[in-house]
Amino acid sequence: MSAATVTDTTGTPAGEERDVFLLLDEHDHPEGASTMLGFWIYLMSDCLIFAMLFATYGVLGTSYAGGPGPKQLFELPLVALNTTMLLLSSITYGFAMLAMTDGKQRATQGWLAITGLFGLAFLCIEMYEFSGLIREGHGPWSSAFLSSFFTLVGTHGLHVTFGLVWLVTLMVQVQWKGLIPANRRRLMCLSLFWHFLDVIWIGVFTFVYLMGMLR
Amino acid sequence: MATNMTPSPLDVSPIFGRFTLESLPLQEPIVVGTFCVVALGGIALVAALTYFKLWGYLWKEWFTSVDHKKIGVMYVILGIVMLLRGFSDAIMMRAQQVLAFGGSEGYLNPHHYDQIFTAHGVIMIFFVAMPLVTGLMNYVVPLQIGARDVSFPFLNNFSFWMTAGGAVTVMMSLFVGEFAQTGWLAMPPLSGISYSPGVGVDYYIWSLQIAGVGTLLSGVNLICTIVKMRAPGMTMMKMPIFCWTSLCTNILIVAAFPVLTAVLALLSLDRYAGTAFFTNTLGGNPMMYVNLIWIWGHPEVYILILPAFGVFSEVVSTFSGKRLFGYTSMVYATAVITLLAYVVWLHHFFTMGSGASVNSFFGITTMVISIPTGAKIFNWLFTMYRGRVRFELPMMWAIAFMFTFTIGGMTGVLLAVPPADFVLHNSLFLVAHFHNVIIGGVVFGMFAGINYWFPKAFGFKLDPFWGKVSFWTWVSGFYFAFMPLYVLGLMGVTRRLRTFDDPSLRIWFEIAAFGAFLVAIGILAMLIQFYVSIRDRNTERLRDTTGDPWNGRTLEWATSSPPPDYNFAFTPVVHDGEAWADMKRRGFVRPIEGFKPIHMPRNTGAGVILAGLSVGFGVGMIWYVWWLAAVCFVGMIGTAIGHTFNYKRDYHIPVDEVIETEGRRTRQLAGGAVA
Repeated sequence: MSAATVTDTTGTPAGEERDVFLLLDEHDHPEGASTMLGFWIYLMSDCLIFAMLFATYGVLGTSYAGGPGPKQLFELPLVALNTTMLLLSSITYGFAMLAMTDGKQRATQGWLAITGLFGLAFLCIEMYEFSGLIREGHGPWSSAFLSSFFTLVGTHGLHVTFGLVWLVTLMVQVQWKGLIPANRRRLMCLSLFWHFLDVIWIGVFTFVYLMGMLR
Repeated sequence: MATNMTPSPLDVSPIFGRFTLESLPLQEPIVVGTFCVVALGGIALVAALTYFKLWGYLWKEWFTSVDHKKIGVMYVILGIVMLLRGFSDAIMMRAQQVLAFGGSEGYLNPHHYDQIFTAHGVIMIFFVAMPLVTGLMNYVVPLQIGARDVSFPFLNNFSFWMTAGGAVTVMMSLFVGEFAQTGWLAMPPLSGISYSPGVGVDYYIWSLQIAGVGTLLSGVNLICTIVKMRAPGMTMMKMPIFCWTSLCTNILIVAAFPVLTAVLALLSLDRYAGTAFFTNTLGGNPMMYVNLIWIWGHPEVYILILPAFGVFSEVVSTFSGKRLFGYTSMVYATAVITLLAYVVWLHHFFTMGSGASVNSFFGITTMVISIPTGAKIFNWLFTMYRGRVRFELPMMWAIAFMFTFTIGGMTGVLLAVPPADFVLHNSLFLVAHFHNVIIGGVVFGMFAGINYWFPKAFGFKLDPFWGKVSFWTWVSGFYFAFMPLYVLGLMGVTRRLRTFDDPSLRIWFEIAAFGAFLVAIGILAMLIQFYVSIRDRNTERLRDTTGDPWNGRTLEWATSSPPPDYNFAFTPVVHDGEAWADMKRRGFVRPIEGFKPIHMPRNTGAGVILAGLSVGFGVGMIWYVWWLAAVCFVGMIGTAIGHTFNYKRDYHIPVDEVIETEGRRTRQLAGGAVA
């Protein structure tokens, strides 16, 4: 009697199979079957952290404490350049994933490296912007508006930094083990993470920078 | 404009940060005495472990274990140990409030007293209730769904050690430095750097941040486990109700704890980097903190109570010998509570001044929550109706819960009326209410669960005599301790007071102190219960050879007590909501051959190391020992990356070992039948 026929998880089997209580012929479960779901759920929790920071910015974003507001502080061309870097890095990550699906290890690594460089460029521009603001005396301790601005944008930047460390780690691992299933799964997770940061940035760009200029 | 970049005017040494010998609370005889007792106990424990050469065993079999059962047991032990600490705080407060009448200052100075009520709340919620709840879910859920472990076994181990790391950080504050004097939610501006310049609030922040990582990851883990790892045939609506309440609790955890992480991070920025989120100056807004912390805080109370509801559902059904009444309505009630948990947070601060319409909205949503909760109470009552009710310990706790929780629920509805809340806000009536629902609901639920599943975990029942002593003293102690607080609250006595002028109030505090004394006996009786049960574990009276001592109805009772590492030699196939009752009814025969090697996750020490480094990082941040924080942070990242280079995460239990384990079980079952 083989119980392998009742692996259907959707309904109750009828007749003889009703008395089958055990899977007698079970195979190893593929490793990491829940990883994508788990990572999605983690991303949603991360998204909530950003939601809190957006809400905080929404409440405190006009508390200038007599200091300058977005119109005086933000330089849109710089932000446009920055946004371009991050959006391009998302596209190149997409190319890396396409190469991975085709099993082309060298192309995958190449696109990952380009993605990393775009990410690095994004971070450098952001740090340039931050250091400029701080040098001119508009640091995060100057007003509630600047506190919430630096925290929201900086948290995103920290995530990108973390993503870069992860990217380098994965490139080493792909070099070491090749595009084995475990590495493909990891690349998929980082892909979700990277695009997620892109989506968050679009929120930052619109909500903080563009709408800030309109105020 | 960089006026306050350095947050504290204190001298900060590059090596010791702001730690000096004066940071040790040597002027507090109570703390020094406690330290001596704890130190002696600790030395005795370490010596005993070394003498009996148990370190290697503990490290290999427990600390590095990824087995959900062992992790669950460790969570419960952590919860019980921390209960002793949290309860010591409670009885000290009761003693202080009884003594401090008629011009007496009592025996606790304000600095010490304020730390005690803060630590009591923090410890009881984060390091007693949360570990107990998470421990039970960890232990029971995979067994109930017929799985061999959770989705991410390593993360599970890591989560436990982060929770333990948070507990260690809180305990450290007792002897090194101080704890927060702000109340358990550390509301700014009081918790800001200008009003709380010491290390207390920093201990608070970092212990919760460290433990919070563990809680969040454990939430993700259990959601995935429940969604992805159910045995074939177990559709969502055939899951045991405890799995449903666990699922909803973990959804709440994942959707609420990030809010706590974010709001504590903002508070830390205010304290460390001089930002202006919750300050009185520079445009900050302390009311934001109150909103944000309660957007986490209210779901948190449902995170605690829902698993308790699940325990009661299992217990009432098993000990009434009946299928749970209204399974579907129970599931929907749980789901509705999960959703409503997010739209009631403002009832914690009706008095803040949000206006009549906002207050009425939150008042009404709060009252609406009593509908699904009431439906649950009726379901339990109807399950008992015409059942053959067996008054074993878990069932006794369940019945005590139904009485007690109903009273707590009704006082909750009273508080949900905004005009009434303006009178009762921050009074002892509120304190009585939330102890009524948390002790009467969560604590009783956890005790029911511990008594119910203990034989599953260890192969012997808990001693019923000492269990009953514990039950009656706990339950009566609860009523003595908290009913007087309702009276005092209605008379206008506010919470967190250290001394009293009006001598007519004293009798109520005396009754409450007597109640706390009864609860102390209850806790002692519980410890004796554990001792006696372990001593008599091989007697006929307590031993469980069947694996099913209560005539259970769900899958965890289908395997041996304690279950083998792999839980089930063959994965069960489920046809009915009460899978094990169905198997027994249909004459299921346990196979004694045909075993195969079993695929299992491998143990790892990475979780312990990461959590240890996190505590080091926290201590560095608390004491401004920047080099320590930096070293530990780099260490954490390095260990985490190093761990990802380990690709060998699994192994197979050889078939011989499975045959041997199952053979032992066959002999045990046969022996049980003869005796």
